[in-house]
Amino acid sequence: MADVNITIDSKPVRAPGGTLLIEACKKAGIEVPSFCYYPNLSLQGACRMCLVKIEKMPKLQTACTTMITEGMTVTTDSPEIHQARKGMVELLLGNHPLDCPVCDAGGECELQDMTFSYGAAESKFIDIKNHRDEQQWSPVVYFDRPRCILCYRCVRICGEGMDVWALGVENRGVNSIIAPNRQDHLECEECGMCIDICPVGALTSGAYRYKTRPWEMKHVDTTCTHCADGCKTTLGVRRAPAGMEIVRGDNRDKSGINGDFLCIKGRYAFDFAHHQQRIKQPLIRKNARLTPASWEEALDLVGKRFAQVRDQEGGTRIGVIGSNRTTNEENYLLQKFARLVLKTNNVDHHRTADFPAFAAALAGRGDRTATMREVYHASAILLIGNDPTNRHPLLAWQIRNNVRLHRSRLYVINSEPIKLRRQASFFAQPPAGSEARAVEFLAGEEGAADALATSSTPAQRWRDLREKLRSEQNLIIIFGSEIRGRDLEKLVKFGSTLAQAKFVCLSDYANSRGAADMGLYPDLLPGYLPLNQGTKFRDDWGELPAATGLDLGEMIGIANEGGLRALYVVGSNPLGRLPIDPFLLSKTFIVVQDMFPTETAAIADVVLPAANAYEKSGTFTNTCGDLQLVRKAGEITGTKPDFEIIVRLASAAGFDIRKLVPFGKRGTHADMGQSRGAQAGEADRHAVWLEAHGLEPKLSPFDPMAILDEIERLVPGYEVSRSNLLAGNDQHTTVEGPGMWHDPALIIPARDDLFTSGTLGRYSRLLNSVIEHRQGVPAGEVVAG
Amino acid sequence: MKFSPQFEQRFEEMVSHYPTRRSVLVPTLLYAQDETGYLSDEVIRELAERLELTELEVRNVISYYSMLTTRPRGKYHVQVCTNIACLLRGGEEIFEHCRQTLGIGGGETTSDGLFSLAEVECIGACSWAPAVQVNYDFHENLTREEMDKILGHYKKKGTQ
Ligand code: SF4
Ligand code: SF4
Ligand code: SF4
Ligand code: FES
Ligand code: FES
Repeated sequence: MADVNITIDSKPVRAPGGTLLIEACKKAGIEVPSFCYYPNLSLQGACRMCLVKIEKMPKLQTACTTMITEGMTVTTDSPEIHQARKGMVELLLGNHPLDCPVCDAGGECELQDMTFSYGAAESKFIDIKNHRDEQQWSPVVYFDRPRCILCYRCVRICGEGMDVWALGVENRGVNSIIAPNRQDHLECEECGMCIDICPVGALTSGAYRYKTRPWEMKHVDTTCTHCADGCKTTLGVRRAPAGMEIVRGDNRDKSGINGDFLCIKGRYAFDFAHHQQRIKQPLIRKNARLTPASWEEALDLVGKRFAQVRDQEGGTRIGVIGSNRTTNEENYLLQKFARLVLKTNNVDHHRTADFPAFAAALAGRGDRTATMREVYHASAILLIGNDPTNRHPLLAWQIRNNVRLHRSRLYVINSEPIKLRRQASFFAQPPAGSEARAVEFLAGEEGAADALATSSTPAQRWRDLREKLRSEQNLIIIFGSEIRGRDLEKLVKFGSTLAQAKFVCLSDYANSRGAADMGLYPDLLPGYLPLNQGTKFRDDWGELPAATGLDLGEMIGIANEGGLRALYVVGSNPLGRLPIDPFLLSKTFIVVQDMFPTETAAIADVVLPAANAYEKSGTFTNTCGDLQLVRKAGEITGTKPDFEIIVRLASAAGFDIRKLVPFGKRGTHADMGQSRGAQAGEADRHAVWLEAHGLEPKLSPFDPMAILDEIERLVPGYEVSRSNLLAGNDQHTTVEGPGMWHDPALIIPARDDLFTSGTLGRYSRLLNSVIEHRQGVPAGEVVAG
Repeated sequence: MKFSPQFEQRFEEMVSHYPTRRSVLVPTLLYAQDETGYLSDEVIRELAERLELTELEVRNVISYYSMLTTRPRGKYHVQVCTNIACLLRGGEEIFEHCRQTLGIGGGETTSDGLFSLAEVECIGACSWAPAVQVNYDFHENLTREEMDKILGHYKKKGTQ
């Protein structure tokens, strides 16, 4: 709508007609108090805190429901308005308990703030307060009824935002009460959005309630370590006997790609870090038993053994398996370590998406990849395969709310009736497992239409779908791992015929994309460069092994014949995730670097206790290619970041670590602050500050930023703005290299859902308690109707 | 869940009157309650499905209206108005009298399942206050004696 001119508190303001007055005020830097109003949710007009005076209107008006029109003159503060708001606060406090000293929200409570601003602390209400005991609705959600101020934000975010509709309002008037969908408990996605949005402490979380006060924590922005969507999460940490303990996760300043959103995993599933089975000391197999040992002994043993195998039998007898959850810097370092120190190309990881084929299909048109933010704004989206509600909760949120708020057109092709079909303007259901056939049809194979026809989607509907898609501009095509190899090529070809179409290739873990981008492949260097096109890397690193290495399956395949003498497994549990017989590895010297005694760790000769992503610094790349910072929040004494362990192993193997990590080049000295104890993380922050001011610290061989420099310099698609990245913003990377066509069978989806998260999920008490709570609940959608 | 043919006929007709199915929720609940006495979990599930609503939404609406109930009531639901006009003309005494005669409090049901009692807000019969509504029938200008007669009448009717 055209701009209109209005006056707010004698200030001229220009904004599009139809803007809500409360938003126009915000734009002009004037805060109008509100409880029930929340941006992007339907209007409620329930709390009457936002009352303002509009000239020519008889009574005070609610700024949250009034749209601005030309010439409007508004006063947002006057004795009359102040009195009205004070009256509202007083009414709210009438039945409000005085438990701020123990309430979770104390210190972060909007009602406290309003009481402070309007001074309605004296109560004229002398009747006995209407008390109700606190209720537990699920392992995650607790409800304290007397604290509720009936703003209905929770009801709306759960319904409109999450499409779960698990909360409602029972009774009426003063007896109104928020009610869960199963009368005395909740059956829902447990996202905690309702808790986050509650302006007071009426809804609290099982993970955090009564644990600490907001001001007793340090708050660290980092990136979620669970699925591949890369939500920004702020971890609240405080000192604990074993280091630094994470006590809360939320999205405090809403500045991330996820805006308001976090799913249960990003918000609450950080408790795995403190699981009692966490390994905190290196273990060495002595007399057939894994026995605690010192770091020195363990590193020395592994370094020397690796060097011995390399020198006596050749690097081709050593295998390296990397992780989907370590940082980009660690992944890059690991493959560099393998190729340079161990002299082997036997490097792989658990592949959950065919990124090399994606690179090959895009053939250098890296600008055709969409960001997570773009998914929220695209005018049309085509979703093929996958079930984002369960496996990519943020992506599902972006799609859902794009449809709701921007009327985006959503086309879904899925053999299962996934929940997002509820938002779809076109849902096409091919026979089970034939998503790839659908792609062939889109790409022009007429014959496929009949094979795709089902009772719900007859052949003609498939043709209609293709027609509709062809007329879309700015379409974002999102596809799951159902589409691999040459099918992926066909899809990209089809997309390339559409104006401005972009792609998102879905992988499963927090840094699956980073593992692929950083070259954890036996035949690809970082940036999807085939081994024979790695001049750039050779110039920088020196000579590299030329022969194609073995993939994960091949390594295991030759192990039993004595072909694999040593195996280095970093942050991965191939024995638990893939169908591998442990017996096959009985002749191999196995080193496992992990947090927990996984199936793979159980057969290891040496286990090195690693820090997780919440306990170190670096970067992650989400499935869209958005690069974001990972910052150290927690700490467990005894563990080390994978980065440091790899560098130390190189050193123990007799390698000059300056050739591995480009640190200390300027030879300066600086006070890097404490890296342990109460001020843990200061060194990281200090480094960030130095970086932001153009100073390059990198005095330590354990500084991931030194490797990030090298990544930016050598990996195609990673030339991003460092200062933007360090400021906590997402930076889009692109898929540039030539890529490669691999056997599609090498892709093995993780199949995690909303409440599982690979190894991390197994060790998260919270996730397990939710799974138990839901037992007996039929799988699938947690919404009726 | 089975309803009578009359119910089904009415339901079909009502649904056709509105652009969205949910619009018929309130009358449908009333008709269903007339047939089954109260809105059981089963009825709620059935109606939610028919109207493409969540059970929670249906429950929320039921809880909003005092005429709707999720618990069994007596065969005769005695609703005594104690709002202002009736209050001035002895409504509270009538209510008290009913309590004693029936031996139950507001919101309760007699053990023989014949009567339940409720104190309600204005039922729109102020001109003839004090007034009482039993199921859909009004009784006006009441005195205790009058009330006894009414209760007796229903008792007789109910035990025949
Ligand atoms: S899905 Fe559950 S946790 Fe999430 S907003 Fe709804 S009720 Fe709250
Ligand atoms: S529980 Fe919180 S968010 Fe929900 S209505 Fe009450 S105060 Fe508002
Ligand atoms: S959607 Fe993914 S990245 Fe976001 S909080 Fe959930 S698990 Fe973490
Ligand atoms: S914010 Fe306007 S009425 Fe609540
Ligand atoms: S006050 Fe009793 S009927 Fe109106």
